[in-house]
Amino acid sequence: MPSETGATSGDAAVSAARLARPSAGWALLTSELSVLFRRRRTIAMLLALAAIPVLIAVAVKLSSSPPGPGEGPPFLDRITQNGLFVGVTALVVSIPLFLPLTIGVAAGDTIAGEAGLGTLRYLLLAPAGRVRLLLVKYAGAAAFCLAATSSVVVAGAAIGVALFPVGPVPLLSGDTITVGESVVRSLLVAGYVTISMLGLSAVGLFISTLTEVPVGAMAATIVLSVVSQVLDSLNQLAWLHPWLFSHYWLDFTDLLREPILWTSFADNALLQAGYIAFFGALAYGRFVTKDVLS
Amino acid sequence: MTELAIETRGLTKRFGRQAAVDGIDLAVPRGAVYGFLGPNGSGKTTTIRVMLGLAAATSGEVSILGEEMPRHLRDVLPRVGALVEGPAFYPYLSGAANLHRLDTADRHAPSSTRSTRVARALERVGLSHAAGKRVRAYSLGMKQRLGIANALLSPRELLVLDEPTNGLDPQGTREVRALVRSLAAEGTTVFVSSHLLAEVEQMCTHAGVMSAGSLVAQGGLDDLRRVGRAYVRLRTPDADAARAVLASLRLDLDDAVGAQAEPAEHRQSTAQGADAGEEVVSAVLPLGSPAPEAIVAALVRAEVRVRGFAVEGASLEERFVALTGEGFDIAQ
Repeated sequence: MPSETGATSGDAAVSAARLARPSAGWALLTSELSVLFRRRRTIAMLLALAAIPVLIAVAVKLSSSPPGPGEGPPFLDRITQNGLFVGVTALVVSIPLFLPLTIGVAAGDTIAGEAGLGTLRYLLLAPAGRVRLLLVKYAGAAAFCLAATSSVVVAGAAIGVALFPVGPVPLLSGDTITVGESVVRSLLVAGYVTISMLGLSAVGLFISTLTEVPVGAMAATIVLSVVSQVLDSLNQLAWLHPWLFSHYWLDFTDLLREPILWTSFADNALLQAGYIAFFGALAYGRFVTKDVLS
Repeated sequence: MTELAIETRGLTKRFGRQAAVDGIDLAVPRGAVYGFLGPNGSGKTTTIRVMLGLAAATSGEVSILGEEMPRHLRDVLPRVGALVEGPAFYPYLSGAANLHRLDTADRHAPSSTRSTRVARALERVGLSHAAGKRVRAYSLGMKQRLGIANALLSPRELLVLDEPTNGLDPQGTREVRALVRSLAAEGTTVFVSSHLLAEVEQMCTHAGVMSAGSLVAQGGLDDLRRVGRAYVRLRTPDADAARAVLASLRLDLDDAVGAQAEPAEHRQSTAQGADAGEEVVSAVLPLGSPAPEAIVAALVRAEVRVRGFAVEGASLEERFVALTGEGFDIAQ
C-alpha cells in the first residue's frame, strides 16, 4: 500500500509516488530493437544476406555466356535483361536455407539468450512482466524477419540497378509493368516473405523458452525449418503439406502475375497466423510458469 | 507492532524430491539490515528466487513490503532492488548501456531521468570512469559493482543483495559495507545474503541462519549472540580442585570446548613450560549459575590458586558453526 510505505522514508515516498503512474512501457521495445540491431552478430547476418544478391549479380555479370532460359534458379535468366530481377532471384536462393538460418538465430536467441547471460532474471526483477517480455521479444524477432528480407530485396535492387539495364518489367503472366510498379511489387514480395517467416519465428520463440542454451534453441529452430521443407517435398505426405509452415514460402511469385493472385498470400498469412497463435500460446504457457533458475 | 519488509510462512521449494528450501519462516523488520547466513548450498539463493517471484514456491506464503507475492509482483518489484546470484550483463554493451537496458524493463522508471539515474548509480559504486567500457572488459569486481548499481537505479524501499561482496577486493568490500550502511541510514531495508560471518557481523542488525534448507536461527544480532553459551576460563595449577569447585557450583565442565577456544597466547606459554603444571579449566556457564565473582570467591576459599579467570561469551562464529556444522561438505 503506497500510503503505508510513505512513512518509512523519503525515498520510499518517492518510489510510492512513482508507482502511481506506470508508463506504457514502449521503452523496452525500443531498447530491444536497439540492442538487437546494434549487435555485431545481427549486423553480420544482415550483411551476409545482402551479399547474396550481390554475389549473384556479379557472377552473372562476369560470366561470358549469360544463363539461358530456364537455367539456374528461377528468374536467373532474366537478370541480364532487367536488373530488377536480382532481388527476386536472390530471395528464391535464400528462402530455403539462408533466411531460415538467420531467423532461427534471431528467434532461438530471444529468451534462451537472456537466460544464458543471466540477464533474464534481472529483466524479470525490474519487473518487465513475463507476458510483456515475451511480446517484446517476439516483436524483435519479427522486426528481424523484416530486416532480413529487406536487406536481400534492397541490396538486390541496388546491385541490379548498378550492373544491369532497368526498364519495364515483364511478369510471369506475360504482361509488362512499369519500373514504379515493379518497386511496389518488390515491396509486396518483401512483405510476403517477411510474413512467411513469422511462423518459424514463433516456433523459435517457443523453443527458446525451453532452454538456457541459446545455440540449442537456434539449431533446433533451423533444423525444424529444414524438416518442414523436406516433408513438403515428399508427395506421400501431401495431406500434411498445407499445414507445414514452409508450404507457401516460394509462392510469392504469385505476386508477380497480372492480375496478382492473392490466394496464396491469404493462405500463407492465415497459416502463419495459426503458427503464431499456436506456438505463441505454447511459449506463453511455458514461460509464464517457468522457474527462472539461470 | 513492527512492520515486516519480508515475511515468509512455511516457504518450501522442492526440486523433484529434494527440498532446497524447507518450510522457512523469515521475518525481516523494516529498516533492518538483515544478514542471511548459511554455507554454500543451504538454500539462500533459492529462497531469494522464490521470494522475488523468479521461481514458484512449492508451498508456503511470501509477502514483501506488506504485499502478497507473487500476486502483487508488479507493484512490489519496482520498489525492490536486487542482486541475485551474481551480476549478469550483456557483454557486448557498455556498463551504462546495460543499466539503460535493464531500466527500460521497469515501467515505473521514468525515461526522462534515466540517464541521470544511470550516471548517479554508476557514481555511487565508483564505476563512472568505466561507464563507456564494454562489460566484456570488466573484471569480476567491476561486474559486481555494476550489479549493485543496477539495484540502485531507482529509489528502493528494499534491497536484496545476494553475496554482494563476491569477487571484490578488500577495498571494494569495505565500500559495499559503507554503501549498505548509508542505504540503511536512508531508511532502506537491506537483505543481504552471505556465507561470510564476519561480513554479516560488521554490517547487519539482524541475521537468519540457513542450514540444509532450514532456517535454524533468526533474530537481532545481539539476541543471537546472547543465545550462545558463556564460558568460564580459569588458569590454575590446581586443576583438579578447581574442577571439583566448579562442579559443585553446577557448571558444566567441558574441556573439549575449552581447548578449542583456548587463547593463543596462553597455549604458547604452556608450551614454553614457563608455568609448568598450570592448566586451563573451562566450563560452560549455564543460566542461573552464580555470578563470576562468587565463583572466584568459592575457588579461593577452596585454596585454588587462581592465576587467570575470564567469562567469555560464545562468538557468533561458534554459534554459526554449531548451527550449520563445520567442514566443506556441501549440504545435501
